[in-house]
Amino acid sequence: MKKILAVLSTLVLALGIVNILAARQASPEGASAAQNPSAGSVYYLNFKPEQATQWQEVADQYTRLTGVSVTVVTAASGTYEDALRSEMAKNDPPTLFQVNGPVGLRAWRDWCLDLRDTKLFQSLQNRDFALTDGEAVLAVAYAIESYGLIYNRTLLNRYCALDGAVIADASEINSFETLRAVAEDIQSRRQELGVLGAFTSAGMDASSDWRFKTHLVNLPLYYEYRDGGLTSADEIRGEYLPQLRQIWDLYIHNATCPPAMIGAKTGEDAASEFALGEAVFYQNGTWAYQDIVAEGLKDEELGMLPIYIGVPGEEKQGLCTGSENYWCINRLADPADIEATKAFVDWLAATPDGQRALTDQLGLSTPFVSAMPQNALQAAAQEDLQSGRTPVAWVFPTIPSERWKTAVGAAMLEYAQGGVGWNAVEEAFVEGWALESNAAK
Amino acid sequence: MKKGFSWLTALFTAVSAVYLYPLALVAVNSFKKKAYISRQPFSLPNAQTFAGFANYQKGVELTHFLSAVLTSLLITVCSVALILLCTSMCAWFISRVRSRMMHGLYLLFLFSMVVPFQMVMFTLSRLANLLGLNTPLGIVIIYLGFGAGLSVFLFTGFVNACPAAVEESALIDGCNPLRLFFAIVLPILRPTAVSVGILQTMWIWNDYLLPYLVLDLKRFRTIPIAVQYLRGGYGSVDMGAMMAMLVLAIIPIVVFYLLCQKYIVSGVMAGAIKG
Amino acid sequence: MERSLKRWWPLFVLPTALAFLVGFLIPFGMGLYLSFCDFTTLSDAVYVSVANYIKAFSDASGEFVHALWYTALFAVVSTAIINVLALGVALLLTRGFPGTNAFRTVFFLPNLIGGIVLGWLWQVLLNGVLARWNATLVTSEWYGFWGLLLVVCWQQLGYMMIIYISGLTTIPEEVMEAAAIDGASARQAFWHVRLPMLMPSVTICTFLTLTNGFKLFDQNLALTNGMPGNRSQLLALNIYTTFYGRTGWAGAGQAKAVVFCLIVVSIALLQLRLTRSQEASG
Repeated sequence: MKKILAVLSTLVLALGIVNILAARQASPEGASAAQNPSAGSVYYLNFKPEQATQWQEVADQYTRLTGVSVTVVTAASGTYEDALRSEMAKNDPPTLFQVNGPVGLRAWRDWCLDLRDTKLFQSLQNRDFALTDGEAVLAVAYAIESYGLIYNRTLLNRYCALDGAVIADASEINSFETLRAVAEDIQSRRQELGVLGAFTSAGMDASSDWRFKTHLVNLPLYYEYRDGGLTSADEIRGEYLPQLRQIWDLYIHNATCPPAMIGAKTGEDAASEFALGEAVFYQNGTWAYQDIVAEGLKDEELGMLPIYIGVPGEEKQGLCTGSENYWCINRLADPADIEATKAFVDWLAATPDGQRALTDQLGLSTPFVSAMPQNALQAAAQEDLQSGRTPVAWVFPTIPSERWKTAVGAAMLEYAQGGVGWNAVEEAFVEGWALESNAAK
Repeated sequence: MKKGFSWLTALFTAVSAVYLYPLALVAVNSFKKKAYISRQPFSLPNAQTFAGFANYQKGVELTHFLSAVLTSLLITVCSVALILLCTSMCAWFISRVRSRMMHGLYLLFLFSMVVPFQMVMFTLSRLANLLGLNTPLGIVIIYLGFGAGLSVFLFTGFVNACPAAVEESALIDGCNPLRLFFAIVLPILRPTAVSVGILQTMWIWNDYLLPYLVLDLKRFRTIPIAVQYLRGGYGSVDMGAMMAMLVLAIIPIVVFYLLCQKYIVSGVMAGAIKG
Repeated sequence: MERSLKRWWPLFVLPTALAFLVGFLIPFGMGLYLSFCDFTTLSDAVYVSVANYIKAFSDASGEFVHALWYTALFAVVSTAIINVLALGVALLLTRGFPGTNAFRTVFFLPNLIGGIVLGWLWQVLLNGVLARWNATLVTSEWYGFWGLLLVVCWQQLGYMMIIYISGLTTIPEEVMEAAAIDGASARQAFWHVRLPMLMPSVTICTFLTLTNGFKLFDQNLALTNGMPGNRSQLLALNIYTTFYGRTGWAGAGQAKAVVFCLIVVSIALLQLRLTRSQEASG
């Protein structure tokens, strides 16, 4: 027994140490031995934890190509600001970092290099995708994403072919009224259609609730900002809350599950319901493509509609398109490193290899001219941008805090479960906003 | 007499079955396709829902489970070994050298036993990062420091109850204290060492928040962290992989328990009586 | 002995003491100090007196106060239920019927499974059961409350049972026989003979379950994560989310942690006093 224990523990130790060494080898610190020390190097503090390994591959690829060392460090989920703050204070600060939008930029404005004469900026399809200060270009978006109501074309066509269908073609859905008529009709004839519901479950589990507490509330916020000509606000009035209520009611009462069950529904649940053809509509975005096609749905079966909530003139409304990923170059870094970093982002934005890295390896839709749509959802987003409809900008990065989202999400959940009235959502929305933007100061 | 109680045997067999049901449920669900787990949690897999070992494969890949097992093992084995060695020495010294300093130290150890982790959560993780203790070997130091209280307490309780006569005469004969400790004291401390070891193993193996805050998560994850990480923020929960990982996380514990049951139960008893 | 040993302290005490300094004393001291500071990192702390404590208690959402009584209630209810059940099971399992050892093994097993794993395991089970009534664990904070209670009962019952069994086996047979000869009914013998002799075990178990209830974190995180709307948050989770989920609230989070610490320490002192008085009277 003792011998076995001794052998086992030695084994554990040995394997463990090998494990650590291996991890160290693979780590960016280990790989950063500069091949070309005089030329400067790149240190990228990456925001997306789910892409940590892919970024490392892209960095290695660039190093092989040019000999310039690129270090990628990825902040753990939800700790980016923290990591950025402590890294910026060190001797060897990140040369490339990112902000989530105008609110994030405010804190880092003094660190941002003017990107006016980089190819990164010049290859933007639309200059709105940069954050500027007067003439100066401080941050450039590198990923553009769109979300809306993804629908199953086969199922919707099958519905259109039914007797007494409200519409004859998907393109007729261009307002909340039509959407509601279609959804409610599908819901009442779901057996006939062979589906469980018009919409997938509006899951309020943490893996899914961001679709509503962040993405859906973006619509009422966007319209309120538009009316007031705002780009951010210390107080909001919630003028479009009735519209939020009607779309939310529509989602929860015409779904694959009763409203009381959404607290336990996950993102995976909704994705698989859609993928298995159990629901016609699914609110999500371009990034959801892989999950949707996992069970065999074809590209030509997919479409994406704008989310209509019942605002006058919404026939002209497009998808919600925007970015919360903007690159900035650290002005205070070593000049050689700045040059190296510029070359790196120029390579990514304006060369075929770099583009392929962004779109294929990292799976991003980029705002650069050379970008090609990759899949059905990205194509739908691209088409929407070129259709002349007004895209709904992403204003949710201006939400004052995570807690506001949590509180609004909780109120929406409890409203759905019948525990509280709609006024709880209103309260969390309007009063919560004022409280949180005060607290953040 | 025993025969008269056989209805109790029947009752407890039923209760035990209910008690083990949750574990069985997870095991069954780990073989179902992910889409069917939350929909039909109580049904057995059928031809349509059976997933074979796909969930296991996916989960192991997603979480780098093997590496997590190794990290967990390494941290637990090293920490417990270090705790046993250092705190037994420290406790013996404290209880044999009755100076005011030592008594003060002892009281501080006692105090640290009751302080909840949240009290030091932020400062401890910052300090650990500052000192570069964010690796599996570094975190061992943290475990020694944070876990010292209970161990020192249990060891001193035992040493205090042992007569010091043999040790004294050995010292008078010119025996080196270090040799004295390893040759004479340590063997006597064995039963307590087993119970300290068991209690610390149970704690460190299952600990989530401390390694989560201290470890460099880019490179190292323990099993609880790997399991929790399956519920990543932006994205989805793969319930199939989740079930499979739960099963994989539970199996080593059950094996360990069945092998060392005698020690574990007596260790817990001894630890509790003194605690 | 002391004199010849004393100079050996660097070898015997120093390693543990140093680790203790890094792993506990310094973080504890800094934590205490930071609870009176406004800070986002360690280096930018500014002394603000008791502002953090006021902020924690006067939070408009009332979260901290809610977490305080919710946790206290949880700790008390779980202590009562676990102890009654564990004592009951221990009494039955010491009656020596076939299979007792196997049953002890079964009851103790869940103890070794970590809180995160337990939480997920039970979430699937409970949500599956609740679905029949169109409810989930997060329908209201009371579903989470009872769910969490079930989880900790399942987990800790075996541990407490072991302690009670070891307490029961220390009661000499003669005492029970003497009680029977004196004509005590089974009930009288339990209340007047066995239970008083079991008091040390009862104190230990009460203390353990009470502090476990207060300190509970992993299970809470995995089972409900505080949903809906942070109302099924126990104190430990509330402190954690205050720290890491709320910009500008690190100071208040640390202040909450100090309050939390005070509560747990006073329970421990109470327990110490109880044990002392028992030892004095027994």
